[in-house]
Amino acid sequence: MAPFDPAALPELLPVFYRRLFPHGPYGRWLTYGGVVKNYFQQREFSFTLRDDVYLRFQSFGSPQELERELQKINPYKIDIGAVYSHRVSPGRRDRGSAGVPGRAEPIPSLLQPNQHNTVHLGAFQPQEKELVFDIDMTDYDDVRMCCSSADICSKCWTLMTIAVRIIDRALVEDLGVRHRLWVYSGRRGVHCWVCDDAVRKWSPALRSAAVEYLSLVKGGADMVKKVTLSHPIHPFIRRSVDVVEKYFEEYALVGQDILGSPEKWDKVLALIPEDI
Amino acid sequence: MEFSSRDRQKHWRLAGDRREQYPHSLQFYLEPPTESISLVEFESLAVDRLKLLKVVENLGVSYVRGTDAYKSKLEGELRKLKFPYRALAEDDYEARRKDHISHFILRLAYCQSEELRRWFLQQEMDLFRYRFNELTGGLMQKFLEHVNLSFEAIDEDLKNELANELSVSTPGFNLSKVKEQMFYKVGLADAVDLFRARRVYIKDGFAYVPFKEIDVLVLNNYRTKLSKALALTARSLPSIQSDERLQPLLNHLSHSYVGPDYSIQKNTGKISLDQIDALSVKSFPICMRQLHRALRDNHHLRHGGRMQYGLFLKGIGLTLEQALEFWKKEFIRGKVDADKFDKGYAYSIRHSYGKEGRRTDYTPYCCMKIIMSNPPSQGDFHGCPFRHSDPELLKQKLQSYKISPSGITQILELVKGMHYQLACQKYFELTHDVDDIGFSLNHPNQYFTESQKLLSGGRELKKEFNNSGNFQQKNNSQESINSSSTPTSSNTKADTELEGLEAYFTED
Repeated sequence: MAPFDPAALPELLPVFYRRLFPHGPYGRWLTYGGVVKNYFQQREFSFTLRDDVYLRFQSFGSPQELERELQKINPYKIDIGAVYSHRVSPGRRDRGSAGVPGRAEPIPSLLQPNQHNTVHLGAFQPQEKELVFDIDMTDYDDVRMCCSSADICSKCWTLMTIAVRIIDRALVEDLGVRHRLWVYSGRRGVHCWVCDDAVRKWSPALRSAAVEYLSLVKGGADMVKKVTLSHPIHPFIRRSVDVVEKYFEEYALVGQDILGSPEKWDKVLALIPEDI
Repeated sequence: MEFSSRDRQKHWRLAGDRREQYPHSLQFYLEPPTESISLVEFESLAVDRLKLLKVVENLGVSYVRGTDAYKSKLEGELRKLKFPYRALAEDDYEARRKDHISHFILRLAYCQSEELRRWFLQQEMDLFRYRFNELTGGLMQKFLEHVNLSFEAIDEDLKNELANELSVSTPGFNLSKVKEQMFYKVGLADAVDLFRARRVYIKDGFAYVPFKEIDVLVLNNYRTKLSKALALTARSLPSIQSDERLQPLLNHLSHSYVGPDYSIQKNTGKISLDQIDALSVKSFPICMRQLHRALRDNHHLRHGGRMQYGLFLKGIGLTLEQALEFWKKEFIRGKVDADKFDKGYAYSIRHSYGKEGRRTDYTPYCCMKIIMSNPPSQGDFHGCPFRHSDPELLKQKLQSYKISPSGITQILELVKGMHYQLACQKYFELTHDVDDIGFSLNHPNQYFTESQKLLSGGRELKKEFNNSGNFQQKNNSQESINSSSTPTSSNTKADTELEGLEAYFTED
């Protein structure tokens, strides 16, 4: 396979959006069965175009309208935002938005683009949003030797598999979640979109609590031992370890060869508690 | 408990089937009261609850919450003020109704600023915590059902099934402890902090919380609800504030002092002027001792000091004649000549005794007023030294008063925690050599009265002062009601009048 060449994008993207992008399922997903009125219409989309031009507060009357827009502007990146209390559309630049050339960040305005009315900003609120987990390979740089930063290979992709299985198990068994969409993010990781009705309404506090529940690794470059466990360990941790154990030998001992040299096994020893 | 038609509802109210209205001694105050109520009752209910909350505040600092001493004192106060104190009391309707209405009235008064909201929230939480913990297991369950907190206790079978997981997930719970205690199945949103920290077993979107932690959850729930309600109330305040009958009452509540107002003197003339120096050391609170000292040293006091100290002296029993003599003698020693005194200062003294102008009898300032309004500036000696003095200077002052170093430390700790009245109570205890002041200090004149009582073995000065703290006494005129019971508003008006007089003098 030829290496990826960003310069080819302007040529390739139109093909992508006409032939490959799953407009149908995408639109059906975001409409959520039409159960809530205007759920799709009040969703904010953002597009990143070439040369880093960023467009916020885009909304569409229907998935078909979205499809047409995508095929017209061929964005490099699409962000799905929250569902707001009103439809959004970009207001005029001169209404006090951050006027950075090339970065049109318009303020939200009400309804049809041709009305240019501004909603009283207090009334305009994000209402619901899926809970999204973003797993990035670079977070695992200190436990993979084969690649680093944006590179990935079949050896270190196992880490991604392990992460997905751990989180998915926790989401389903612990948090009682049913609807998750796992997607490749396009570069070096995966995203998980949790779409359960109740979860879309979760408060910021509850979201951060869920993330913390799932977190074990604390500390950055200046911490050697980033995980500290105490006895007895919580079932979440135990079950996650069970997942890891299935892959550990193949990944770590064989693939990454963590005990293959004095430097390598010193690193491992530094992570193990004294009394073992 | 459903009412299928409005007629039945009306009938139910008329028939006074009152137990249905308040099925529990405890509530979350979710529904505002809908009956009509007289202004008199409006006020007295609110004042009683305010007294209760102040007791809650004081007890919270003087005792560890939840100890027996704390609980028995709080229960005593609840009984005294006729609030619900025993969950099963039979004829509790009046107490529960009072609880309900007074809470909502105080919301109106205490939603108006961040500081007021925080104070109200804190005391209401403490009160709730006490009352919730006094419930038996069964009543607690019923209450939780009533407020739709779906904390269902898991049954024995399920608990046995999960026993291992529960003991491993819940810190401090080995298998036997798990078997003993009740566990509740709680939605994740209701147990956010326990969920976040992995301190409970989580399965299928629920947290399994031991009984021990339930009150925390309930309290969090209550706090969230009350906090939101206060914010909402604040937003609808403008319409309430336009009601002229309520606005002065509400204003007063949030600044109020609810004890005797020391305005009716039964002890006038019992103090002689030559006793004052000695009394200032023995029985004056520190603020008045400071003012007296400053007056003696400088032969003068500025306006704020004259008001605070002058009214205090009136409260301890100085007659108008005595007051005139007292101030004149001292001022003459300074730069003021007799003539000037008679023309200016004398007028204002007579004014504050109600013999001039509007002829309203001004009331001595309570601690709250002294602490919160009219802070002293350079050259002033009024205010509350615990509040307004720099801690270092306060320390020196206390040393000069021969307070022990350990006593000073305790006082400074309280000051650091902003418990100014408690610091003064500690000062009382240290200067009178008692362990427990025996009362809750709210007013400088109260300090004096109690001190005198203590020093004379309780025989002399009885508490003859008007104890109602209520605003309906005296005359019918709106003015005197305002002045005798709202030192805040009336004294401000008086201040402005007297300010005008100040301009008469070339120096302050």
